[in-house]
Amino acid sequence: MLPEIAPNLGFLGPHRLMVVDDSNIIRRRIERANELGELEFVGAARNGVEALAMHERLHPTIVTMDLTMPEMDGVECVRKLVARDPNILILVISALADKVTAMEAIENGASGFLCKPFTDRQLNDALGKLIRRAES
Amino acid sequence: MAHEAEVSVFIDGVLNYFATTVQQAAECGTPFLSLTKVPEMSDYTGIITVTGRRAGLVLFTAPKSMLSVMLMRMQETDMGHENLCDLVGEVANTLSGNARRDFGHQFSISVPQVITGREEPIPYPSNTRPIVIPIGWRNYHARLIVCLN
Repeated sequence: MLPEIAPNLGFLGPHRLMVVDDSNIIRRRIERANELGELEFVGAARNGVEALAMHERLHPTIVTMDLTMPEMDGVECVRKLVARDPNILILVISALADKVTAMEAIENGASGFLCKPFTDRQLNDALGKLIRRAES
Repeated sequence: MAHEAEVSVFIDGVLNYFATTVQQAAECGTPFLSLTKVPEMSDYTGIITVTGRRAGLVLFTAPKSMLSVMLMRMQETDMGHENLCDLVGEVANTLSGNARRDFGHQFSISVPQVITGREEPIPYPSNTRPIVIPIGWRNYHARLIVCLN
């Protein structure tokens, strides 16, 4: 299990970000690239199983989710997270660039889709859209 | 898709990956069929197994020095072995995943497997011939190897 950085939820901003990706480089990149002051990084998971366990403790409001991962893939994890928390907002970030994959993720409860590779600006734009949606 | 169009899909993916992720353009040399011998590997190789309508392997192989500089360009401070393996697998995964835009949903890809060293045997399918796409970035040379039935 990866370390969590903010167990005390009282310190956190209005939106709490959990990153789910089997690549350490991508997890760290998303954490570093986040320039949105209202979005607080709370933890990162390497697969769907870890993400579900981490969700119970950290209650993230926004999640970035890879799709192709060992143990439990992203679509299954999206489905389970949304079943637990219908208000959770999930941005799928995946290299799988076909429309069917994107639609499948959305149909299972994802709120947005960002294709890898991505720039920091594209990531912040996509996360910003989710925040505005949460606040509208 | 015709053979040339399929290769173009991967070349476009390589150019987009470098322009976006490390924000410095790469160049692709003329692709060639590896007819007589197994393609040469570099220090680190990410391997994606493709199943579904097409089957085979997609490999990205690159020298340690190139991957280290790529990590630096990505603001990564840890250039250790694990991150080098992570990066080479992530490149292979991204280029294969992006190809689904053209190959379709039934182009199923595995999680990346990473091998290190130039002598490791690659389990190429016996009924296919690898297509090698040379990649130049800064002064470094890498290869994307596409071996699909």
